[in-house]
Order: sequence, then structure tokens, then C-alpha cells
Amino acid sequence: MIKKKIILGFPENIVKKPIVYKLVKDFELEFNILRAEITPDIEGKMLIDIKGSKERIEQCLDFLKSEGVIISEASKDLIFYKDLCVNCGLCASVCIGKAFTLNSSSYEIELDKDKCILCGLCQDACPVKAIKLNI
Amino acid sequence: MFNPRNAYQNYSAATNSSDKIIYTYMGKLLPRFGNVTYCCAGQLNPLLNDPYYRTIGIGTRIFLGGTQGYVAWNGTQHNPQAERGPNGVPTGGAATLALIGDIKKMSTQFLRAATFFGYGITMFVGIGIPIPVIDEEMVEFLKISDRDIYTEIVDYSVQRRNKPVIEKISYEELRSGKIMLNNKEVPTGSISSYYKARQIAGLLKDWIEHGKFLLSNQVSPLPMDDTVNPLNIVNEEEL
Repeated sequence: MIKKKIILGFPENIVKKPIVYKLVKDFELEFNILRAEITPDIEGKMLIDIKGSKERIEQCLDFLKSEGVIISEASKDLIFYKDLCVNCGLCASVCIGKAFTLNSSSYEIELDKDKCILCGLCQDACPVKAIKLNI
Repeated sequence: MFNPRNAYQNYSAATNSSDKIIYTYMGKLLPRFGNVTYCCAGQLNPLLNDPYYRTIGIGTRIFLGGTQGYVAWNGTQHNPQAERGPNGVPTGGAATLALIGDIKKMSTQFLRAATFFGYGITMFVGIGIPIPVIDEEMVEFLKISDRDIYTEIVDYSVQRRNKPVIEKISYEELRSGKIMLNNKEVPTGSISSYYKARQIAGLLKDWIEHGKFLLSNQVSPLPMDDTVNPLNIVNEEEL
């Protein structure tokens, strides 16, 4: 069993087509939709955690691609410029996923990307622009 | 660089009871008490270690932005008559300092441009003040820790000068990263970098040990009797 956090992009022509239910029905995958939205240019975006066997996940990703879904790795969509960071703690105070935390002995900001749900609340909370989101 | 208000001796923490995100000089405040921000180094704040300004005064040599600078005067909104706890430590904003130093000798490690989105521009200024242990009373003051320092959590969604106080809280709790507010766990975050505060304290100690920084006597004490005159908005009849 492996767990993967990915972003699914649904171009305009497939936004209305039911696709994600197949992950359960045909591929027996467990999934958790962390975030989903239709952007103003009518593109669907979904941040999703999927859990299942490696083989099943690969088959499922192939299926999604064949349906026209654009797949990207979630971890690449949050960039933390550690060299700009002053280790204040404002990002941690708005981080609902608890991905940004202040280490209680070194007092440095730490980021656990696995916990990030790409909500984007941190980006404009950072006073030194050390956080960038691409979603 | 002359900076007319720095090194606040304690300051209230901020939260937001409204149902919208608000952008303040205390940072981004999430709706329905979604977070709490504060801005004080607590047990490493110089003015909390010398609460009655026995050693810190006009002319005191300090660490400022990576070089040596001086306390020029009391800062704007200097309020030494603010309420104090039994240990003499103010429980909200009190003294402030006006500081001066040569910006050309400062480093971006300790002087940084910053933005509070939706509010305005500001600056992170690294400040360190040595406190000579002149007697036993000073030892008592210097022993202070985060659990002995309290501040008030204030609701910033209320648009008036005297914003409502939600509760009193210690810096030990604030620095733990989460507190209980209205039976809900709420994340906390500091604006002042405690990491930098420790770095500055270590650097200043090193300078003093190697004779690169000489302690100075104050030229004149900071005023103890100043108060801040509030600007109350009144209508014609109340005048």
C-alpha cells in the first residue's frame, strides 16, 4: 500500500464528466479529496490523497490520463525559500494542515509537505515573501 | 538610521472574532478566532529583563541591525505607567525606545524589509541590549522566564481604540504553538523571530567576551512618569 498526493486538472471539455468515482469502482483505491474547485477559466482542479497498491495506482493514473486529466505532483506546488525566511512564525499561525511548524528547540520554521493541503493561506501571511504557491 | 519606536516592552496578542479574514499590523488573522499572533521575544525581550529601566537608558550602547548603536531617547508612545504584574513586569504595551545607528554597517541578516499584506510595509529590526548585573535585585529581574510574563489577547475585528480583551495569557503558552481559546485549540504565531533573538543574544555575548563591545552607563534614565494621551473621538455635544 502506498499513499500519493496529486493534483488533478480537468480541462473545460471534461469538467462535467463523472470520472473520480472510477477510482473506487474500477481500481479499488481509497481517496480523500482535500480541495476541489472550478477556476474562472472553467478548469477543474482537485487536490487528492490516494491510497492503494502501487500497481493499482499506476493503472489508475494511466486511466485518468487517457480521459484527458492533467496530473501533477502536489509537492512541487508549494515552494518554501528557506534562505529568505526569518523564522518568525506567522505561516504556522495560519497553517490549517499543520505543515508549517516552529521547532520547539531550534525555533526554526519547518515544513512537512505531506501535511500541506495547498490551501494557500500562508502565501500572503509571510512578511518576507518566502512562500510561493503554484496551484 | 533613526527609528523612533522599537523594542516594545510587551505588547498585546491579536485574534479575530469576525467571520472574515482581516489583515492587520499583527499579521493575517483568520475568522472565528482561527489564530492568535503576538510580537514579543518574551523572556529575551530586553525591557522585560530590566522592567524599571535601571540600566537601559538614554545613551546605552546596544546591538542594532548587526552593528553597534545607541538608545537615543524613549520611543514614541513610551508608556511606563502601564499596568504591571506582581513581578513588576508590564502586562501589555509599556516602554518603547528610540534607537540610532549607522545603517551602512548593518547586515540584512538583522535588518529586513517586510510587508504585511493588506496593511503596509514595515521592517524587521534586530535589537540586543546587554544588561549589567549590578546587584541582587537585578539578578531577580534577569531570572524571568516566559511563564512569568503575561499579555492580553485582544480582538482586532473591533474597530475602536479600546479593543475588547478576550483573556490573559503567558508567553510560555503562546510560544508552545497552540492555545485553548473558547474550548477550541488555536494555533499561535510570533511576528518577532525568537530564532533571531537567540542568535543576537549569542552574538552580543561573544562580542562582550572578546572585548569588541564595551558596556556603557546610561547618560540619563528613561522617564518613569510619562503617559500616552489617547485621541478620543467625540461629537460636538461631548466637547
